[in-house]
Amino acid sequence: MKTGAHRNHPHYWAFLLHRGSGILLTLFLPAHFYVLGLAIEKTATMDGFLSWSATPLAKIAETALVILLAAHLTGGLRLMALEFFGTRESSKIAVCVGAGIALVTGLIFLLNGT
Amino acid sequence: MSNARLETRIWALQRATAAVLAFCVFVHLGMIIYAVQDGLSAAEIISRISGNLAWLAFYAVFIVAVALHAPIGIRVILNEMTNLSRKQTHLIMAALCLIILVMGFRAIIGLYTAGAGA
Repeated sequence: MKTGAHRNHPHYWAFLLHRGSGILLTLFLPAHFYVLGLAIEKTATMDGFLSWSATPLAKIAETALVILLAAHLTGGLRLMALEFFGTRESSKIAVCVGAGIALVTGLIFLLNGT
Repeated sequence: MSNARLETRIWALQRATAAVLAFCVFVHLGMIIYAVQDGLSAAEIISRISGNLAWLAFYAVFIVAVALHAPIGIRVILNEMTNLSRKQTHLIMAALCLIILVMGFRAIIGLYTAGAGA
Protein backbone atom coordinates (compact mmCIF):
# COMPACT_ATOMS: atom_id res chain seq x y z
CA MET A 1 0.00 0.00 0.00
CA LYS A 2 1.31 3.44 -0.87
CA THR A 3 2.39 5.43 2.21
CA GLY A 4 -0.20 8.07 3.10
CA ALA A 5 -2.84 6.58 0.78
CA HIS A 6 -5.28 6.50 3.70
CA ARG A 7 -5.26 10.31 3.62
CA ASN A 8 -7.17 10.25 0.36
CA HIS A 9 -10.05 8.47 2.04
CA PRO A 10 -13.06 10.55 3.30
CA HIS A 11 -13.23 8.40 6.47
CA TYR A 12 -9.70 9.48 7.42
CA TRP A 13 -10.67 13.16 7.22
CA ALA A 14 -13.93 12.47 9.07
CA PHE A 15 -11.93 10.71 11.81
CA LEU A 16 -9.46 13.62 12.00
CA LEU A 17 -12.25 16.23 12.10
CA HIS A 18 -14.12 14.34 14.82
CA ARG A 19 -11.02 14.11 17.02
CA GLY A 20 -9.86 17.66 16.33
CA SER A 21 -13.29 19.16 16.98
CA GLY A 22 -13.63 17.08 20.16
CA ILE A 23 -10.32 18.39 21.54
CA LEU A 24 -11.06 22.03 20.62
CA LEU A 25 -14.60 21.90 22.03
CA THR A 26 -13.31 20.38 25.30
CA LEU A 27 -10.69 23.14 25.61
CA PHE A 28 -13.36 25.77 24.89
CA LEU A 29 -15.80 24.51 27.57
CA PRO A 30 -14.11 26.01 30.68
CA ALA A 31 -13.84 29.40 28.93
CA HIS A 32 -17.52 29.18 27.93
CA PHE A 33 -18.58 28.40 31.51
CA TYR A 34 -16.34 31.19 32.85
CA VAL A 35 -17.98 33.78 30.57
CA LEU A 36 -21.47 32.54 31.50
CA GLY A 37 -20.46 32.88 35.16
CA LEU A 38 -19.70 36.57 34.51
CA ALA A 39 -23.40 37.17 33.74
CA ILE A 40 -24.16 36.65 37.42
CA GLU A 41 -21.68 38.92 39.24
CA LYS A 42 -20.00 41.04 36.58
CA THR A 43 -22.65 41.86 34.01
CA ALA A 44 -20.69 44.91 32.79
CA THR A 45 -17.63 42.72 32.15
CA MET A 46 -19.77 40.19 30.33
CA ASP A 47 -21.50 42.82 28.21
CA GLY A 48 -18.05 44.21 27.32
CA PHE A 49 -17.00 40.72 26.27
CA LEU A 50 -20.22 40.26 24.25
CA SER A 51 -19.61 43.60 22.48
CA TRP A 52 -16.10 42.42 21.62
CA SER A 53 -17.61 39.14 20.33
CA ALA A 54 -19.49 41.16 17.67
CA THR A 55 -16.21 42.20 16.00
CA PRO A 56 -15.50 40.47 12.64
CA LEU A 57 -12.57 38.41 13.96
CA ALA A 58 -14.54 37.16 16.98
CA LYS A 59 -17.52 36.46 14.72
CA ILE A 60 -15.34 34.25 12.50
CA ALA A 61 -14.04 32.40 15.60
CA GLU A 62 -17.63 31.94 16.90
CA THR A 63 -18.79 30.66 13.51
CA ALA A 64 -15.86 28.21 13.47
CA LEU A 65 -16.95 26.96 16.93
CA VAL A 66 -20.55 26.51 15.76
CA ILE A 67 -19.30 24.58 12.69
CA LEU A 68 -17.04 22.44 14.91
CA LEU A 69 -19.97 21.66 17.24
CA ALA A 70 -22.26 20.76 14.33
CA ALA A 71 -19.47 18.71 12.69
CA HIS A 72 -18.83 16.83 15.96
CA LEU A 73 -22.56 16.12 16.23
CA THR A 74 -22.94 14.82 12.66
CA GLY A 75 -19.60 12.96 12.86
CA GLY A 76 -20.70 11.30 16.11
CA LEU A 77 -24.05 10.26 14.63
CA ARG A 78 -22.23 8.80 11.62
CA LEU A 79 -19.85 6.90 13.92
CA MET A 80 -22.70 5.45 15.98
CA ALA A 81 -24.60 4.48 12.82
CA LEU A 82 -21.48 2.63 11.65
CA GLU A 83 -21.00 0.88 15.00
CA PHE A 84 -24.61 -0.09 15.64
CA PHE A 85 -26.09 -0.50 12.16
CA GLY A 86 -23.01 -1.15 10.00
CA THR A 87 -24.05 1.28 7.27
CA ARG A 88 -20.71 1.03 5.45
CA GLU A 89 -21.97 1.34 1.88
CA SER A 90 -23.52 4.74 2.42
CA SER A 91 -20.98 6.07 4.92
CA LYS A 92 -19.03 8.08 2.33
CA ILE A 93 -22.24 9.93 1.58
CA ALA A 94 -22.80 10.35 5.32
CA VAL A 95 -19.40 12.08 5.61
CA CYS A 96 -20.39 14.58 2.92
CA VAL A 97 -23.90 15.13 4.30
CA GLY A 98 -22.50 15.65 7.82
CA ALA A 99 -19.93 18.17 6.58
CA GLY A 100 -22.63 19.96 4.59
CA ILE A 101 -24.99 20.18 7.58
CA ALA A 102 -22.15 21.54 9.76
CA LEU A 103 -21.29 24.25 7.21
CA VAL A 104 -24.94 25.23 6.69
CA THR A 105 -25.41 25.50 10.49
CA GLY A 106 -22.38 27.81 10.66
CA LEU A 107 -23.71 29.94 7.81
CA ILE A 108 -27.16 30.25 9.41
CA PHE A 109 -25.46 31.35 12.64
CA LEU A 110 -23.30 33.89 10.79
CA LEU A 111 -26.15 35.36 8.75
CA ASN A 112 -28.61 35.35 11.65
CA GLY A 113 -26.40 37.29 14.10
CA THR A 114 -26.53 41.07 14.28
CA MET B 1 -13.25 -5.39 37.81
CA SER B 2 -11.03 -6.58 34.93
CA ASN B 3 -9.50 -4.04 32.55
CA ALA B 4 -11.49 -5.36 29.59
CA ARG B 5 -14.75 -5.13 31.50
CA LEU B 6 -13.97 -1.60 32.66
CA GLU B 7 -13.02 -0.51 29.12
CA THR B 8 -16.29 -1.94 27.79
CA ARG B 9 -18.26 -0.01 30.40
CA ILE B 10 -16.39 3.22 29.61
CA TRP B 11 -17.06 2.69 25.87
CA ALA B 12 -20.77 2.06 26.54
CA LEU B 13 -20.94 5.14 28.78
CA GLN B 14 -19.45 7.30 26.04
CA ARG B 15 -21.94 6.01 23.46
CA ALA B 16 -24.88 6.46 25.86
CA THR B 17 -23.83 10.04 26.66
CA ALA B 18 -23.30 10.65 22.92
CA ALA B 19 -26.95 9.77 22.30
CA VAL B 20 -28.06 12.21 25.03
CA LEU B 21 -25.68 14.88 23.68
CA ALA B 22 -27.00 14.47 20.13
CA PHE B 23 -30.36 15.75 21.38
CA CYS B 24 -28.83 18.42 23.69
CA VAL B 25 -26.47 19.81 21.00
CA PHE B 26 -29.31 19.94 18.46
CA VAL B 27 -31.44 22.00 20.88
CA HIS B 28 -28.42 24.12 21.92
CA LEU B 29 -27.53 24.95 18.29
CA GLY B 30 -31.14 25.95 17.65
CA MET B 31 -31.09 28.13 20.77
CA ILE B 32 -27.78 29.79 19.76
CA ILE B 33 -29.12 30.66 16.30
CA TYR B 34 -32.37 31.98 17.80
CA ALA B 35 -30.65 33.96 20.60
CA VAL B 36 -28.12 35.81 18.41
CA GLN B 37 -30.86 37.31 16.19
CA ASP B 38 -31.28 40.42 18.36
CA GLY B 39 -27.76 40.42 19.79
CA LEU B 40 -26.67 38.89 23.09
CA SER B 41 -26.45 40.64 26.46
CA ALA B 42 -26.00 39.45 30.05
CA ALA B 43 -29.55 40.65 30.84
CA GLU B 44 -30.99 38.69 27.90
CA ILE B 45 -29.23 35.47 28.95
CA ILE B 46 -30.35 35.90 32.58
CA SER B 47 -33.95 36.66 31.60
CA ARG B 48 -34.11 33.49 29.49
CA ILE B 49 -32.76 31.11 32.14
CA SER B 50 -33.54 32.78 35.50
CA GLY B 51 -36.34 30.93 37.31
CA ASN B 52 -36.96 28.64 34.33
CA LEU B 53 -36.93 25.08 35.68
CA ALA B 54 -37.14 23.49 32.22
CA TRP B 55 -33.92 25.20 31.05
CA LEU B 56 -32.22 24.36 34.38
CA ALA B 57 -33.13 20.67 33.95
CA PHE B 58 -32.06 20.68 30.28
CA TYR B 59 -28.66 22.27 30.98
CA ALA B 60 -28.12 20.03 34.06
CA VAL B 61 -28.53 16.94 31.84
CA PHE B 62 -26.34 18.60 29.16
CA ILE B 63 -23.52 19.34 31.66
CA VAL B 64 -23.55 15.85 33.21
CA ALA B 65 -23.52 14.21 29.75
CA VAL B 66 -20.67 16.39 28.47
CA ALA B 67 -18.71 15.97 31.75
CA LEU B 68 -18.73 12.20 31.12
CA HIS B 69 -18.41 12.21 27.31
CA ALA B 70 -15.56 14.70 26.75
CA PRO B 71 -13.06 13.30 29.33
CA ILE B 72 -13.58 9.75 27.99
CA GLY B 73 -12.81 10.98 24.46
CA ILE B 74 -9.71 12.86 25.63
CA ARG B 75 -8.56 9.74 27.50
CA VAL B 76 -8.86 7.63 24.31
CA ILE B 77 -6.71 10.16 22.42
CA LEU B 78 -4.13 10.33 25.24
CA ASN B 79 -3.95 6.51 25.41
CA GLU B 80 -3.37 6.29 21.67
CA MET B 81 -1.04 9.24 21.14
CA THR B 82 1.03 9.59 24.33
CA ASN B 83 3.12 7.36 26.60
CA LEU B 84 1.07 8.21 29.67
CA SER B 85 0.14 5.24 31.87
CA ARG B 86 -3.44 4.00 32.21
CA LYS B 87 -3.54 5.38 35.77
CA GLN B 88 -2.37 8.81 34.60
CA THR B 89 -4.98 9.02 31.83
CA HIS B 90 -7.67 7.96 34.32
CA LEU B 91 -6.59 10.75 36.66
CA ILE B 92 -6.67 13.33 33.82
CA MET B 93 -10.14 12.05 32.85
CA ALA B 94 -11.41 12.37 36.44
CA ALA B 95 -9.94 15.88 36.84
CA LEU B 96 -11.46 17.07 33.56
CA CYS B 97 -14.83 15.60 34.53
CA LEU B 98 -14.71 17.45 37.86
CA ILE B 99 -13.71 20.78 36.23
CA ILE B 100 -16.60 20.59 33.75
CA LEU B 101 -19.10 19.62 36.46
CA VAL B 102 -18.05 22.36 38.92
CA MET B 103 -17.74 25.17 36.33
CA GLY B 104 -20.86 24.09 34.45
CA PHE B 105 -23.11 23.84 37.50
CA ARG B 106 -21.69 27.06 38.96
CA ALA B 107 -22.68 28.87 35.75
CA ILE B 108 -26.12 27.33 35.27
CA ILE B 109 -27.21 27.53 38.94
CA GLY B 110 -25.97 31.12 39.03
CA LEU B 111 -27.99 32.02 35.95
CA TYR B 112 -31.08 30.19 37.26
CA THR B 113 -31.00 32.03 40.61
CA ALA B 114 -29.73 35.38 39.21
CA GLY B 115 -33.09 37.15 39.12
CA ALA B 116 -34.43 35.61 42.35
CA GLY B 117 -33.69 38.61 44.57
CA ALA B 118 -34.89 41.20 42.07
